[in-house]
Amino acid sequence: MSNPSFQRRRALIQAGGIAAGAAALGMPNLVFADVKEIKIGFVSPQTGPLAPFGEADKFTIEQMNKLFGGGLDLGGKRVPVRIIQKDSQSNPNRAGEVANDLILKDKVHLMLVSSTPETANPVSDACELNEIPCISTVVPWQPWFFGRKGDPAKGFTWTYHIFWGLEDVIANFLAGWNSVPTNKKVGGLFPNDGDGNAWGDKERGFPGPLSKEGYSLTDPGRFQNMNNDFSAQIAAFKKDNVEIVTGVVIPPDAKTFLTQAKQQGFKPKVVTLGKALLFPAAIEALGDLGDGLTTEVWWSPSHPFTSSLTKQSAKALADSYEGATKKQWTQPIGFAHALFEVAVDALKRAKDPGDAASLRDAVAATNLKTVVGDVKWGGGGPFKNVSKTPLVLGQWVKGTKNKYDLVIVNNSQAPAIPAGGKMKLM
Amino acid sequence: MTAWLDTIVQGVLLGGLYALFAMGQSLIFGVMRLTNTAHGDFIILAAFGAFSLALALGLPPAAAPWIAMGVLLPIAFAAGYGLQRFVLNGTLGKDPLPSLVVTFGLAIVIQNVLQEVYSADPRSIDSGGLNIASVEIGGGLAVGTLPLLIFGVAVVMAVAMQWLFGRTALGRAFRAVSDDRDAAELMGLDHRHVYALATGIAFALVAIAGTLHGMKTTVSPSDGPALLLYAFEAVIIGGMGSFYGTFAGGVILGVTQAIGFRIDPGWGIWAGHVVFLAMLLFRPSGLFPKTR
Repeated sequence: MSNPSFQRRRALIQAGGIAAGAAALGMPNLVFADVKEIKIGFVSPQTGPLAPFGEADKFTIEQMNKLFGGGLDLGGKRVPVRIIQKDSQSNPNRAGEVANDLILKDKVHLMLVSSTPETANPVSDACELNEIPCISTVVPWQPWFFGRKGDPAKGFTWTYHIFWGLEDVIANFLAGWNSVPTNKKVGGLFPNDGDGNAWGDKERGFPGPLSKEGYSLTDPGRFQNMNNDFSAQIAAFKKDNVEIVTGVVIPPDAKTFLTQAKQQGFKPKVVTLGKALLFPAAIEALGDLGDGLTTEVWWSPSHPFTSSLTKQSAKALADSYEGATKKQWTQPIGFAHALFEVAVDALKRAKDPGDAASLRDAVAATNLKTVVGDVKWGGGGPFKNVSKTPLVLGQWVKGTKNKYDLVIVNNSQAPAIPAGGKMKLM
Repeated sequence: MTAWLDTIVQGVLLGGLYALFAMGQSLIFGVMRLTNTAHGDFIILAAFGAFSLALALGLPPAAAPWIAMGVLLPIAFAAGYGLQRFVLNGTLGKDPLPSLVVTFGLAIVIQNVLQEVYSADPRSIDSGGLNIASVEIGGGLAVGTLPLLIFGVAVVMAVAMQWLFGRTALGRAFRAVSDDRDAAELMGLDHRHVYALATGIAFALVAIAGTLHGMKTTVSPSDGPALLLYAFEAVIIGGMGSFYGTFAGGVILGVTQAIGFRIDPGWGIWAGHVVFLAMLLFRPSGLFPKTR
């Protein structure tokens, strides 16, 4: 049904038509006057195993719909803006499919996509192919860039990314571990998926920097997600006298590992995991095992940033989420919000927001202070398509209002973000 | 030596978990030849049910899951009976496709309803510290109390089901409709009722498996399909209609995986699949087939 060469041809015909129209009319402003409505496509996992990442999106989109209620002032003219949300169902094939639908059927002007390589990569690829500007986030940039076979020399033409990278995770984890007394023996839990393979990669992942800092790494090897037995890993860690456990696992695997470790008498001093420990619900589900676990923090209410759209501080944004949903704040809230900040800013600056190339140029020229930090492509990022945001280290501690609170315990990589405490051993 | 002993012990315990998942499937598959592709999702549904019941009861966490399980059993039985009687019976026939499609659809419905009600957050049933308790068995080996308990429950289930199948009138009815439905009808058995009873009992087993699974790890709405595969493999390895076989199938699967994990963590699941495929190749009817 979805024949890629056919889609490409259609996209070419469309692009050609727009270009011809622009040429015939001579002035881009006249074309602009034709834009009756700006459509923004938004793809994220709403159902399936990745759904916790997409939980905040409903809130964000409602907030944006309220904001865009009367349209946006684009070039002195009020233009209605419509957000079309699609669910990736946590499935990369489905993500690509809905992206093509959004581009070819709904004819969106701009694509926003969030949460894990399994969502962002196929959507970004579809946009690159069909020449529609796309802004993605909530994927470390390595799996996003190299996972899509990006060429560092050329980069991408239509797709832009906001997030941090593995080097930041590694730096944060190491800074945290350096701040506490351990025997510097690390055990790694790297599953056989996009993240696990990137983190465990000998060149781009953890092994190199760890040995440079004098840490030894016990990596028993890649395993399948939804693993029911971690005895092999625990035995290997025990044998090597491991005191620090790290990795990037899904929540059920974190619980199975921590439970079995306790049962089998393995007591690490530090457990720092990516992915599994991001969401408060996952920590609550761990019960007492959750106390003292450490994880990377991409966004929190104590981040000293303000939304360019609503002028809310990070704290105010998190509070309004908690008020509206009666749930504890989660990290993706800030990034879902920031995607729309960048989108609106680019639409306002674009010479002709209805034209893909013009909008893409505006996206590329972004220099905006958002609720997740500064967004500027080609500046601090490693490539022209990646804008990096700051990353710090957090620890889950028993809270007063909530069962567990995420406290920032190491900000050496981003001193502007205030730390709320010191890292403690488990 | 201790390392390998540890591997085998952990593998056997893991096998107990797989056997627990597989018992309900074994019953449905053995009696009705119905491949319930929603089996894993029913386990997750039961886990969420027990989670809600345990919370609603408001008892101390050491007791709540067990009482929740007790409350859940009759509910699950009734649900299973109703489902078979009013939905699945209509799909049975020479063609295996309708029942596959219907249970596949049920799986999708369950996942989405769970997500709508419970959101995508992972949940776990608080067992008051039982999940992290362990027993020293000497030689530096320790096994978890809950896995040991799960193993024990699986053994009891296998024995009880085997007894039910072999020694009771109900079991005779199950075997009769399984072997020759038309002849059983002539003898005065209502196959629709017998089938519904089988699914009811299978669902009670699912309720036990789900509650224990929810205590052991976290569950989220989309976890079901991952459980289905191991349950199915355990049933096939063990042979249709034999609960000892299913139990043995689970343990073989668990031990194979544990040995595979020990050699390389990427090999565990694969080793289990290899044993499963070898079984299909060399002994397609399984280890201890009772019905055909």
